Amino acid sequence: MTNDLTESVAEQSDPLEVSVWRSAGDGGAFQAFKVPAQDSQTVLDVVAWIQQNEDPTLSYRFACRVGMCGSCAMMVNGQPRWTCRTHVRKVLDGNRIEIAPLRNLPVIKDLATDMDPFFDKWVAAEGVFHPSKSRDDAIEQINPASAPRARADAGIECINCSICYAACDSVASDPEYLGPAALNRAWTLFNDAKDDGAGVILDAVSAKGGCHACHSMGSCTHACPNELNPMASIAGLKREIAKSFFKRGKA
Amino acid sequence: MIRPHRTHPLWFAFIVHRISGIALALFLPLHFWILSYALNAPERLDGFLHWTDYPLVKVAEFGLVFLLAVHVFGGLRLMALEWLPWSANQKTLAAAAVGVSLLISGTFFLRAL
Amino acid sequence: MTELRLYMAQRLSALVMAPLVLGHIAVMIYAIQGGLSAAEILGRTQGSVLWALFYGSFVIAVSVHAAIGLRTILYEWAGMRGGVLNGVALGICALLLAMGLQAVYAVTAT
Repeated sequence: MTNDLTESVAEQSDPLEVSVWRSAGDGGAFQAFKVPAQDSQTVLDVVAWIQQNEDPTLSYRFACRVGMCGSCAMMVNGQPRWTCRTHVRKVLDGNRIEIAPLRNLPVIKDLATDMDPFFDKWVAAEGVFHPSKSRDDAIEQINPASAPRARADAGIECINCSICYAACDSVASDPEYLGPAALNRAWTLFNDAKDDGAGVILDAVSAKGGCHACHSMGSCTHACPNELNPMASIAGLKREIAKSFFKRGKA
Repeated sequence: MIRPHRTHPLWFAFIVHRISGIALALFLPLHFWILSYALNAPERLDGFLHWTDYPLVKVAEFGLVFLLAVHVFGGLRLMALEWLPWSANQKTLAAAAVGVSLLISGTFFLRAL
Repeated sequence: MTELRLYMAQRLSALVMAPLVLGHIAVMIYAIQGGLSAAEILGRTQGSVLWALFYGSFVIAVSVHAAIGLRTILYEWAGMRGGVLNGVALGICALLLAMGLQAVYAVTAT
């Protein structure tokens, strides 16, 4: 019954003209597909339809389908987007969609990128937990209304989708730049009362490729599907580093 | 080419700041070179300054003043963004920087006519 | 470490310049009416310690600021790296300093 319904909708409108990036050797090219249009169709639905009905060798990555796992991000008509939560009708250019692998990351095959550089930079930015207590200590009480906790809360809903990383021109022009997600993570930990790494975090993010490579162009914040503000987080790191520079003359 | 991921106000603020910075840096040596004639060859300096009577040069001067103003006010916005407590109205501030710069360079242009 | 120092020098030179640029723009708006002449410029600046200090510090700050800014752009857009990058940036700084201070001397010396 559901099938009949979707097919009847599909018959009403022209099929979508979809260009999908296909790897070949070191490069690749766009391949054209015609995909039946449906109501409430997401870009991920389109990719899945092609893989299931047209070409089973099409490679792409997804898991949760509900915008939580951060694995399905792709370039859609030149914008990095979470494809599982992006409605086709919102991004259609006429009747066309162009789907490509995320920018600024090496392509493994077709639409699947290698996320290793992205996550390596999280670690390089000290975006890892620095424990301050042992199991014998009492659990630290956190006041959710405190200013540092509010600053940390503003950035912790990151799903590691790498959309900000793909949107950032500083990442594109500086291969060493840690990028918005890693620096946002460093900022949340810096403000986390349970994290003991404030010093090592500031050292890590003020080194070459750190937060000072950011030019506040805000493409990260503009593109973030969870409406986080990595640009503000990075500005926070710059502010703290400037503070410690003036206080301790530390450079 | 302005690609889709760049079409938002703060990216334009970034590119305006960068292009104005490059243009000003390229203009400076010329500016210094011409002024350096003031002491020993003021008549050559006057020769250059007479160029400013041409309307096209006046428009170019207006452009330079705008680039200088927009680099300063855009730069002050960035300094505030980085060193003062965060404020969410960055797009408005960036637009204001362009507006004030147009006002200032416009005033200069009208006085130059 | 070096990156942070360059960043701080970039921002501090900008802070020094902000009032100087606004002053410079005000002078331009004041002086442009009725056209420019060498006599008019020199009449204002020649022999003035204050203008020498004003434009002298302006030139020093702008040389630092422009050299660091262009260094970043050459790194990002021209792919320049390492010693070449630092050499070119230092060259830009030295050139602007030399030409700028010469110009300041020319309009303020008596």
